[in-house]
Amino acid sequence: MLEAHALSCERDDRCLFDELTFTVKPGHIWQIEGANGAGKTTLLRILCGLNPYFDGQLLWAEQPLQGSHWMTYWQSMTYLGHAIGIKSNLTVIENLRWLIDVRGEASSADLHTALQAVALAEYAETPAGQLSAGQQRRIGLARLLVEKTALWILDEPFTSLDKQGVAFFQRHLVQHAQQGGMVILTTHQPITLEYPVHRLALSSAKENLLAMN
Amino acid sequence: MNFSAYFHRWGSPKYFHTYATRLSPWLAGFSVVLLGVGMIWGLAFSPSDYQQGDSFRIIYIHVPAASLGMSIYVLMAVASVIAWVWKIKLSDMVAQSCAPLGAVFTVIALITGAIWGKPTWGTWWEWDARLTSMLILLFLYLGIIALRSAIEQREVAAKAAGVLALVGLVNLPIIKYSVDWWKTLHQSSTFKLLEKPAMPPEMWLPLLVTMAGFYCLFAWLLLRYTTNEILEREAKSQWLQDRY
Amino acid sequence: MSLKAADSPVLSRALWAIFCREWLMQWRQPMEWLNPLCFFIMMIALFPLGVSPEKNLLQLIAPGVIWAGILLSTLLAVENCFKQEYEDGSLDQLLITPHPFFLLLYAKLLVHILLIGLPVILLTPVWGSMLFLDTAQLKVLLITILLGLPTISLMSALGAALTVGLRRGGVLIALLVLPLNIPILIFATAAMQAAAQGMSVQGYFAILGALLVLAVTFLPALIAAALRIMVSR
Repeated sequence: MLEAHALSCERDDRCLFDELTFTVKPGHIWQIEGANGAGKTTLLRILCGLNPYFDGQLLWAEQPLQGSHWMTYWQSMTYLGHAIGIKSNLTVIENLRWLIDVRGEASSADLHTALQAVALAEYAETPAGQLSAGQQRRIGLARLLVEKTALWILDEPFTSLDKQGVAFFQRHLVQHAQQGGMVILTTHQPITLEYPVHRLALSSAKENLLAMN
Repeated sequence: MNFSAYFHRWGSPKYFHTYATRLSPWLAGFSVVLLGVGMIWGLAFSPSDYQQGDSFRIIYIHVPAASLGMSIYVLMAVASVIAWVWKIKLSDMVAQSCAPLGAVFTVIALITGAIWGKPTWGTWWEWDARLTSMLILLFLYLGIIALRSAIEQREVAAKAAGVLALVGLVNLPIIKYSVDWWKTLHQSSTFKLLEKPAMPPEMWLPLLVTMAGFYCLFAWLLLRYTTNEILEREAKSQWLQDRY
Repeated sequence: MSLKAADSPVLSRALWAIFCREWLMQWRQPMEWLNPLCFFIMMIALFPLGVSPEKNLLQLIAPGVIWAGILLSTLLAVENCFKQEYEDGSLDQLLITPHPFFLLLYAKLLVHILLIGLPVILLTPVWGSMLFLDTAQLKVLLITILLGLPTISLMSALGAALTVGLRRGGVLIALLVLPLNIPILIFATAAMQAAAQGMSVQGYFAILGALLVLAVTFLPALIAAALRIMVSR
């Protein structure tokens, strides 16, 4: 469970957000909305621990995030940013292998199963640089499927994906939440899922719950 | 009042601003008086050295400038580390103000060192151990100034400059030692150039006075620069708007 | 599919993963590390051409020329240490692993040191013949490279870390790092000159060794701190 208390952040003498408080519980999907430059990526990077320039407090599993607790937190979360860390001169399977190995353990069979799930199995030995942007994004999804971490923090995950890819990704998001996982993602437009989505709009810092169907 | 509260009070820009503005005129006055007295005494009235004649008088400017160049680097490095570890913004403002001041004093030391050397060596530059160390120190200063100006976000620039200053500080004794060693390897003459002559009191008293004067000058300039930095960074804060 | 419990990940696996990845990456873009090497060779060739091909003179300036070449080509090579990682997001990923980041850096930096150092060492006989070094000097040169090159690489990597993602970062690295590398230059060249005169070199090796130990112990942690600072922009 991730809690944020009174997060405030300033950048270039401009207040990005002020006194932001929210709680992400197991089973939640949170969508952070905002125009370009509103501070969505900054907020995500703060939640990941990559950006320390904020006021307020973050808690994970009801303990403040500081010192060695960050390690425990990082063990249980996966971050996919704008650039997902794919090396263009390594093959798809090699990319997946190093991304997984630095954080835990997975057998080759697991990796291949995940690649099959995202329809990249035939590209396993292709250098990642030869894939399209959408295909590279799917490597990120494969990683999520292998790592099975509790919290997914995704920065504009649907970029470059076609309609089929978006639907596929959304299905996995819902599946993850249904199994007790947590998702925080940013998008330009509101998304509609067959699942309740908590929305956080950054320009006004108010949240509302949207129940679907 | 307990120590940590005292420490944190000094870290407040508002407190600093109050005392800096009160202290500045006094420091300015002191530095003018001390420098004036010291320079005139040293340059005009102290006895000339039997070996180097009147050219050695430049030490009244060279030695304080060189000493300041080194001390300012230490101050800057310590202030940067304090800003990095204890997150005190004022400490970073002090470090930022130190960098250009230190560079200027090092340049003065280099120029006066060259002026000193000309009559003795016949050339404007000589790869003397001390001048070479001063030159490397100047490069270290320029590096920090360049790094700060290349990074746009102030807090990031502060921390990055802190890392660099720390590495430079630890390296500084190693550099000095290695340059001294290098010079002894290539010592062509037994006469050590730029050696301070054995000085009777009539010679080192004015030196003390000019040293004190230079340090007061530096303190005054540091306070002025840091106050400017406070004005720039805290422009929107309430206490500053109330004061002006 | 069940959610993974927070089991403790194995550090050695992560280190091996980074070492293999780095090695593969560098091996598949050979121009990145061959370029500095070619620069080095050409620089050495410039001196006889620009100064004089006379044997005595070349023997005299050889230590300085070689070490200046090592310094400059290390600067060139270290630029691509972190730049690509920063741009494609891998640096972010490395910073949020459950392992202390500076330990992971050891694996990464080791690959870079090997890729700069091994070719330089293997080509030492080339310098030897171009600059008329005798065998005693060549042996001393090899040892000074073994002791001094890792230190210089680590210091240059710190410069690269402090300028990662900055425009015109390459030029800035030189300004930041050259003053810090001067002690190694002085002691390494002094060792070679002492060898040429038949004097003892043990003291110089001891100092270079001590500097190496200091660098290996403290610099990776500082590089990790610098990277974390620069990534947070």
